[in-house]
Amino acid sequence: MHSSGINVLFLGKNFLRLLGGLWVTLRISLIAVLLSIPLGILFGMFMTLKNPLSKAVSRVYLECIRIMPQLVLLFIAYFGVTRAFGWNLSADASAVIVFTLWGTAEMGDLVRGALISIPKHQYDSAAALGMNKMQTFVYIVVPQTMRRLIPLTINLTTRMIKTTSLVVLIGMTEVLKVGKQIIDANRFEYPTAALWVYGVIFLLYFLACWPISMLAKKLEKRWR
Amino acid sequence: MKRKNFFTRLITLTMAVLLLVSCLAGCGGKTDNKKNGDTASSFRTVDEIKSSGKVVIGVFSDKAPFGYVDENGAYQGYDVYFAERIAKDLGVTVEYVSTDPASRVEYVATGKVDIILANFTVTEERAQQVDFALPYMKVMLGVVSPDNALITDVEQLNGKNLIVVKGTTAETFFEKNYPEVKLQKYDEYADAYNALLDGRGDAFSTDNTEVLAWALSNPGFTVGIDALGNADTIAPAVQKGNTTLLDWLNKEIEALGTENFFHADYAETLASVYGAAADPDSMVVEGGKID
Repeated sequence: MHSSGINVLFLGKNFLRLLGGLWVTLRISLIAVLLSIPLGILFGMFMTLKNPLSKAVSRVYLECIRIMPQLVLLFIAYFGVTRAFGWNLSADASAVIVFTLWGTAEMGDLVRGALISIPKHQYDSAAALGMNKMQTFVYIVVPQTMRRLIPLTINLTTRMIKTTSLVVLIGMTEVLKVGKQIIDANRFEYPTAALWVYGVIFLLYFLACWPISMLAKKLEKRWR
Repeated sequence: MKRKNFFTRLITLTMAVLLLVSCLAGCGGKTDNKKNGDTASSFRTVDEIKSSGKVVIGVFSDKAPFGYVDENGAYQGYDVYFAERIAKDLGVTVEYVSTDPASRVEYVATGKVDIILANFTVTEERAQQVDFALPYMKVMLGVVSPDNALITDVEQLNGKNLIVVKGTTAETFFEKNYPEVKLQKYDEYADAYNALLDGRGDAFSTDNTEVLAWALSNPGFTVGIDALGNADTIAPAVQKGNTTLLDWLNKEIEALGTENFFHADYAETLASVYGAAADPDSMVVEGGKID
C-alpha cells in the first residue's frame, strides 16, 4: 500500500477535531459527575432513613433509573420532553440532566451501601465514649465511609466518561463520533485508518481516565 | 430525640436541594423554549426560517459520499451540496445537525431540524410521521459480500448472518420478506462495515448506491445483488403539516430540474466515487419526476 492509515490523523484539522470531541465527552461527564457526587451523597443518606415513605420514594427513583438504559433516558430527555411539553432542551442540557440523574441514583446506592457497612460496634463504642449522634456521624461514620467510597466513586466516574459516547445519538459529536467521521471520510483512500483512529481514541480515553485513577490512589493512601 | 432532629434536618435539606435542581432544570427548559420562539414543539414556516437567518438541516456525518465531514470539519457530499443550494435560495445560512439512521424521524417530528436531507428513503411508515417532498434520488437495495463467499441470490442468505443498519429500509425489507435470514443490526454505518470486514457477518445489505461505492474501494468485496426490492426514492422530509416549507421545497426541486442541478451535484460529489462505469441516470432524479 502506498500510504499508511496513520497519515489520516495529520490531515487537515483531524487531530484537533478529535481533541475537540474529547472535550465534549469530558465536559458532559465531568459536569454530571460534579453534580451527582453531592446529590448522590444526600440521596444515599436519604435512602438509609427508616421512614417507609422515604424508602418507597427512593426505591422507585433508583429502580426507574437503573432499569432504563441510558439511551432510553437520553431519548426521553431530548425528544420525549419536546414532544410532551414543547420544551426544546438542547442536546447538552439533556445529556447533563440524564447523566446527573443516573449518577445520583448510582452514587446514592453506593453511599447507602457504604453507610450500612459500618458495623454496629462502631456506633456503640462512640456512644461509650460519650459522643452524641452528630459527633458519631462526623468523626466515626463519615471518615470510614469516605474511604470505602473512593474506589467505587472512581469506577462510577470513569464509567460515566465512557458511557457519554451515547450522546452521539442525540446529535452531539463527541470523540468517538469524530473518529467515525474521519474513518468514513477517508475510507476510499485510507482503508486502514480505522485501526489508527481507534488507537488514538483509546489513548485519549486513557489519558482522560488515568489522572482520575491516580488521584484516587493518592487519596486512598492519605486516608488510610 | 436528638437523632430524629438531625435526620429531620437532613431530609429537609435533601428535599430543598432536589426542589432547587428540578426548578433549575425547569427554568433552563423554559428559557430555551423562549429563545427558539414559541413554536419549539412544532415546525418553523418558511417565513420564520427566513427571518431567523438560519435553516437547520439534518444530514449524515459518516456516510460518504452522501453526507460526511472532511478533514477540516466541513460537511460535504451529495446531500450537503443540495442543502447548500437550499440555504442559498432561501437566503439564509445553514446549520447542520449530525443524525443517525435511527433518529432521523424523531429529529424532524420534534422540530429539532427543519429539513432532513440524510439519504432518507420514502416509505409508507415514515410518510405517516413526516411529510416527504419530491424525490431527488432513487435507489434499490444491494447486498455486498466477500469474493470468496459471494452471494448472488437472496435464497443463498437463508440461515446466514446479514448485516444491516438499524432504521434503514434494508432492515424492514428483510424482516418483512425474508424472515429466515438472520439479521445482525448495527447503529452506525462505520460499525456495520467493520463487522463485514472482520467477518462477523456473511453479507451487508443497504442501498445499492452505498454498497457499490464501498465495494469499489474495498478489494475482495463485490456487490453480488445490486437491485433488490422495489425502486425506492430518496426525498427531503419536513415535519408533518409544515406545508409552507413543503411547497417551497417542491417548487425548488422542480425549478432545479430545469437546470439539471442534480446531474451537476452527481458530477461534483458522486462521479469520482462510482467511476465512469456508473450511469448517473440510474440514481439521479431531476425535477422530482421518476420515469
